[in-house]
Amino acid sequence: MAENEEKAKAQNRCPDNSAFKQQRLPAWSPSLTAETVLPFFYLLGIACVLLGVLLQITMQNTQEIKVDYTNAESCDMCFETRKYKVNASRECHCSITFSLKERLEGDVFFYYGLVNFHQNLRRYMDSRDDAQLLGRIKKLKNPSVYCGPNFQYANGTPIAPCGAIANSMFNDSFALFFHPLVDRPLRVPLFRKGIAWYTDKNIKFHNPYVPNESLPQVFQATAKPLYWQKPVYELDPNDSTNNGFINEDLIVWMREAAFPNFKKLYGILDRQSSKMFEQGLPAGNYSVSISYNFPVQYFRGRKQVVLSTVSWFGGQNHFLPIAYLVTGCVTVLVAVVLTVVYIKFGKKGLKMED
Amino acid sequence: NDRGYNEKFLYADNRIKTSKYNIFTFLPINLFEQFQRVANAYFLFLLILQLIPQISSLSWFTTIVPLVLVLTITAVKDATDDYVSIAEGPVSGHLASPVLSLQNEKWMNVRVGDIIKLENNQFVAADLLLLSSSEPYGLCYIETAELDGETNLKVRQALSVTSELGADISKLADFDGEVVCEPPNNKLDRFVGTLTWKNNKYPLDNEKLLLRGCVMRNTEWCFGLVVFTGPQTKLMQNCGRTAFKRTSIERLMNTLVLWIFGFLLCMGVILAIGNSIWEEKVGGKFRVYLLWDEVLNDAIFSGFLTFWSYIIILNTVVPISLYVSVEVIRLGHSYFINWDRRMYYRRRDMAAEARTTTLNEELGQVEYIFSDKTGTLTQNIMVFNKCSINGRTYGDIYDEFGHKVEITEKSPSVDFSFNPLRDKKFRFHDHSLVEAVKLGDPAVEEFFRVLALCHTVMPEEKNEGELVYQAQSPDEGALVTAARNFGFVFRARTPETITLYEMGKHSTYQLLAILDFNNIRKRMSVIVRNPKGQIKLYSKGADTILFDRLAPSTEDLIYTTSEHLNEFAGEGLRTLALAYKDLEEDVFAEWMVRLHEASIALENREECLALLYEEIEQDMTLLGATAIEDKLQEGVAETIACLTLASIKIWVLTGDKLETAMNIGYSCNMLRDEMSDVFVITGHTALEVQQQLRTAKEKILGPTREIVNGEKDAEKMDLYRNDSVFEETITSEYALIINGHSLAHALEADLERLLLDTACLCKTVVCCRVTPLQKAQVVDLVKRHKRAVTLAIGDGANDVSMIKTAHIGVGISGQEGMQAVLASDYSFAQFRYLQRLLLVHGRWSYLRMCRFLCYFFYKNFAFTLVHFWFGFFCGFSAQTVYDQWFITLFNIVYTSLPVLAMGLFDQDVNEQNSLRHPKLYELGQLNVLFNKRQFFMCTLHGIYTSFVLFFIPYGAFSSNVRDDGSHIADQQSFAVTIATSLVIVVSVQIGLDTNYWTAVNHFYVWGSLTIYFCILFAMHSNGIFTIFPSHFPFLGTARNTLTQTGVWLVILLTTTVCVMPVLVVRFLRTDLYPTMTDKVRHTQQASRRQRPQEQNLKRVRRTSSRRSAYAFSHQEGYGELITSGRNMKVAVPVFSLLRKRGDPATGTTVVAWSSGSGTRESENTQGQ
Repeated sequence: MAENEEKAKAQNRCPDNSAFKQQRLPAWSPSLTAETVLPFFYLLGIACVLLGVLLQITMQNTQEIKVDYTNAESCDMCFETRKYKVNASRECHCSITFSLKERLEGDVFFYYGLVNFHQNLRRYMDSRDDAQLLGRIKKLKNPSVYCGPNFQYANGTPIAPCGAIANSMFNDSFALFFHPLVDRPLRVPLFRKGIAWYTDKNIKFHNPYVPNESLPQVFQATAKPLYWQKPVYELDPNDSTNNGFINEDLIVWMREAAFPNFKKLYGILDRQSSKMFEQGLPAGNYSVSISYNFPVQYFRGRKQVVLSTVSWFGGQNHFLPIAYLVTGCVTVLVAVVLTVVYIKFGKKGLKMED
Repeated sequence: NDRGYNEKFLYADNRIKTSKYNIFTFLPINLFEQFQRVANAYFLFLLILQLIPQISSLSWFTTIVPLVLVLTITAVKDATDDYVSIAEGPVSGHLASPVLSLQNEKWMNVRVGDIIKLENNQFVAADLLLLSSSEPYGLCYIETAELDGETNLKVRQALSVTSELGADISKLADFDGEVVCEPPNNKLDRFVGTLTWKNNKYPLDNEKLLLRGCVMRNTEWCFGLVVFTGPQTKLMQNCGRTAFKRTSIERLMNTLVLWIFGFLLCMGVILAIGNSIWEEKVGGKFRVYLLWDEVLNDAIFSGFLTFWSYIIILNTVVPISLYVSVEVIRLGHSYFINWDRRMYYRRRDMAAEARTTTLNEELGQVEYIFSDKTGTLTQNIMVFNKCSINGRTYGDIYDEFGHKVEITEKSPSVDFSFNPLRDKKFRFHDHSLVEAVKLGDPAVEEFFRVLALCHTVMPEEKNEGELVYQAQSPDEGALVTAARNFGFVFRARTPETITLYEMGKHSTYQLLAILDFNNIRKRMSVIVRNPKGQIKLYSKGADTILFDRLAPSTEDLIYTTSEHLNEFAGEGLRTLALAYKDLEEDVFAEWMVRLHEASIALENREECLALLYEEIEQDMTLLGATAIEDKLQEGVAETIACLTLASIKIWVLTGDKLETAMNIGYSCNMLRDEMSDVFVITGHTALEVQQQLRTAKEKILGPTREIVNGEKDAEKMDLYRNDSVFEETITSEYALIINGHSLAHALEADLERLLLDTACLCKTVVCCRVTPLQKAQVVDLVKRHKRAVTLAIGDGANDVSMIKTAHIGVGISGQEGMQAVLASDYSFAQFRYLQRLLLVHGRWSYLRMCRFLCYFFYKNFAFTLVHFWFGFFCGFSAQTVYDQWFITLFNIVYTSLPVLAMGLFDQDVNEQNSLRHPKLYELGQLNVLFNKRQFFMCTLHGIYTSFVLFFIPYGAFSSNVRDDGSHIADQQSFAVTIATSLVIVVSVQIGLDTNYWTAVNHFYVWGSLTIYFCILFAMHSNGIFTIFPSHFPFLGTARNTLTQTGVWLVILLTTTVCVMPVLVVRFLRTDLYPTMTDKVRHTQQASRRQRPQEQNLKRVRRTSSRRSAYAFSHQEGYGELITSGRNMKVAVPVFSLLRKRGDPATGTTVVAWSSGSGTRESENTQGQ
């Protein structure tokens, strides 16, 4: 017995015979053989080509109209006015016209576009206080220093909403008119709500809430951003539920664009309210009357109005279908080359010459 | 030995401190140490940068989370390492040893000037001056295997004045001598000093010193005065300095990290300049929306700040997790080594151990192995294996058809139970020899009589029948043991008698003379008078020498015996020829008188004696020959053959003799008969050595030079000298054997180049008689000039220096103590495990580490450089592309585990194939898997990926909207799309890089992807936003983005474009230029489809026919010691009886072999 014990003891240091410890775990070791790689390449190439074709066809059904109104037509005058800061509070209205050669089918989206506006600068992007926008009372009166110099006035009055982003909010407003050949101009009905993400509208942005106080009362101790004409609780004169931090134009603006040239949603064609626009925007002449407030000449920017329809993979996008087509073709080409190479030079190389 | 007096001098503590921390100091010290590492300090600096709001482009947590994680992991690792070393420390420090007043003190408390007592078989743990011992004349026997690898006993003798002190404790306590000696040095064979005691001065030399590392043998006790302790001891002085070892991959990695820093600075500068220009041209006008201070709005200053901001953002090209991941992978590899059952030695319950966790990948790049001999290649066991008696060989077993049968562990061995005095461990397989002995064949009897009589072994019989032989050389021990088992038991010895127990009968032979061994004679003889009164000369020695002195009548026998000797030598056995001669009474008497005259002659005593010996050792009759196997460890020859196939050069460095070393060289198959030439360098002066080396080199280069260059192009020759291609062109194999004293000259600055060149031209290099320090010097020579990875393997304290010097030190945990193991980086029990350590573990480690590093650099370039491209669109404002949390977690959570799994488990070729195709190992030697070029490729790949990752989404997004018309070109959606593409691309890439998909790999790869999406959605969820609104601003982005078909189309396209070129390149490479690995993989997969088959390396047959040298490994002068009786503990003073012949009374003198204490008084009186 003692011997047995000793034996057990003696074998103490013997490592376990487990597959893990002996590095013999069952494993799959794939290798790049011609039988797997070549068919994969053909399939991949063909799939990409097909996808590209599909995307191209889909994309051709979408349309996009882009009109630059920075200093076009009557807006030229407004452009000049906005050049000088002294005129900041002066209102300026102008309008531009364009015509649709074809009807814009289905849902039509109305965007404003900005060129050369850097919403993606680091200091600019940091200059906001999400807690304030969430409606925290404490933050409303005492915004984060992240807002930078735009968090309060020299006299200590806090700014709501604070920060450079809010301060630079795009404040042109638009009205789209359809000019039928026979009738007088008809205002195109646009939804001005439902243009922001659901999560932004309902979770990320909240008005500060104090019981028994109306919105202006809540915002009483705060001041509007430096460049704003109206305080935040009066952004939408027509719809009282679209005021304060939950104003959708504000929400849309607060979602910073990744690139200096961008477009943001302004409104969606209301197809129900009028028979004429049930199928989308009919072909014909249109005009946009613009309340021209946003100065762009400082940074040599341009302003646009964009009308567009969308498909299942988003708005009009030439890049994606072409990229797919190119990738697909290249892949097929490579596959052919590889096949030739394999048949001509390969095969024998892998045999062991023992 | 006044402690107080001695303590005034600051002698080194005998303790060797190993542990660094205790519980309280751990945290501050460890943190301090960690921040001393450049990498950690750099990240601390980054963290401070991030706290400056004007610069901070990333929140502080992006750096601190990984940094804290890394510091914690490292701290835990350090703590466990330290804990382990505390646990191990005492092994060498706490040997108890009675001091002075017999109080037991720990070795670590021993101070210079203490007198300590040592007992038999104890390790000497400090350098001692021998004062007295239990043996007469203050003799003391030691074994110095730890120091020089020699296993024979050596004698040390105390000064006669001190040996009188004996064991008298009070006298010893009063001992107040003063030792003045040279400062501590590393010369093992030299000591100069004087002892001043009682107003007399006595010279001290090496003969009076017991060095640390020796083992007491055959000596009951001894007292010694401590001269040097701890690191001052000669052994420790010889150990060389412990240098922090780094692998070449790590050095390369550090260089590359510096390069990347350079690259980072360049990018920072480019972007900063871009920012200045942008601010000047565009930003200036945009400032109306950014109402910051004037200072911040200055273009140049802004550029300056941007530089730092970008340094912060782009720092992820060198992620903090790189170093920690490397550590984790190495640790894993070390565990795999520890866990390997195939490197576990059952007989000694010894598993392989990776004692250093930082060198694993270097195991895959070894080019030179420096091996010790004793205990490393050999088992240090001599076995009587075969013999040839009167023209007949014994030792092989044949089956019934007369075919030779391979002797294995299981072969039945001869039953020696007829002999009560047998050594039970002795095994012999040939029954015919026992039968011959039992039949009483006179030649056989005479043969064994030679073995039993002609030697200098000391027997010790503790109990009846329990004989222990103290042999000066293991060969002799083996021979005497063989004789013992075959019934010719050597039982006792007095200065003039030898008592045998011949086949159950006592018989006492009178020892008349010992004709001692020396290097020139290469033989020894004894002249005895047997019980019948006949005078006989028995001789054993090297065959070449002995055959010349045989009687001419035995021509036929000589012929057959030399045939047999050739056969034995071919098997790598050490051989000796045996002969005898009957002497006439009067001839002998006359000779004896002359011998006596010669031995007292004042001039030319040596020569006279040699002549007399020569005279009597003539016309002998050949009895036969013995063959002793210096037992190699299992599988040594196969391992060496396999490692040689893997282009690893093996040099043997041994403290042993030239002949022994050569013998082993032949039996290991390192020296072969087919070799064109074996150069033996034995010059005693620098000039001679140079001459010999030159000659050797010219001989090697000679024929080749004529073919390649013609004779005149001497200049060109210089160019070619170091060219490895040129070395390859030498077709014939050469070997170089160099002696210790020649090596000393050859290692001098002006000759070392020549030595190295010559040695590298040879297939095999053997250095013998080298000191521990020389071993280190040789290793260092190769290390310095060849830029190759060296590995030293050894088992004794004499190998410590080379183990420490080499890139990798391997210790064989054998019987010779733990010194080598403690100094080593890897340790295991058998030499043959080296094959597995290098070819399997080393190769895998190298492969994994290289793949890991390649992928890691690729991944981080792909990840980080997206910011660079984005800089051109965001006004170089150091805006990040990704969510800050993504930056924080990317390296430590999303992508760390799959690559770790690959780094831990990947195998390109399985272990059987790794061993079967040693050529695969060259991958690491040539360092093809990770070098600057590979790094460059990885970087390019990363840059390409980042380019695709940025510009495809850019192209697709810049003017795109969602399918419900709301925008998607916002920065947050863009960030999520790129991040998702990145994680997917990087995961696909790891999938392509992984050769060996275990369940763990699957789990980690799919798990990482899952975790990514889980964390993504969690961080973009409502709950976390309402709690910390300003830290998680990405609310809802994941939901809104990843539900879009368009986004997925972008991700799909990005992935395809990123991965396709890699696939094409890899496919073309394996198809058109398949490497060895690809081929082996291919066959491996093909064979797996059939069935897994084991195919062992065929045993290499040795076909050497070299006549082996004689097998003496002992020192000259032992014969005298025996005949003078000085080394014997006899009850009666026997000097007067010396060389009185034919007195039967002395034949029965009782010899007190027992270790009783009663005899001790007489010893002491004898000394006076």
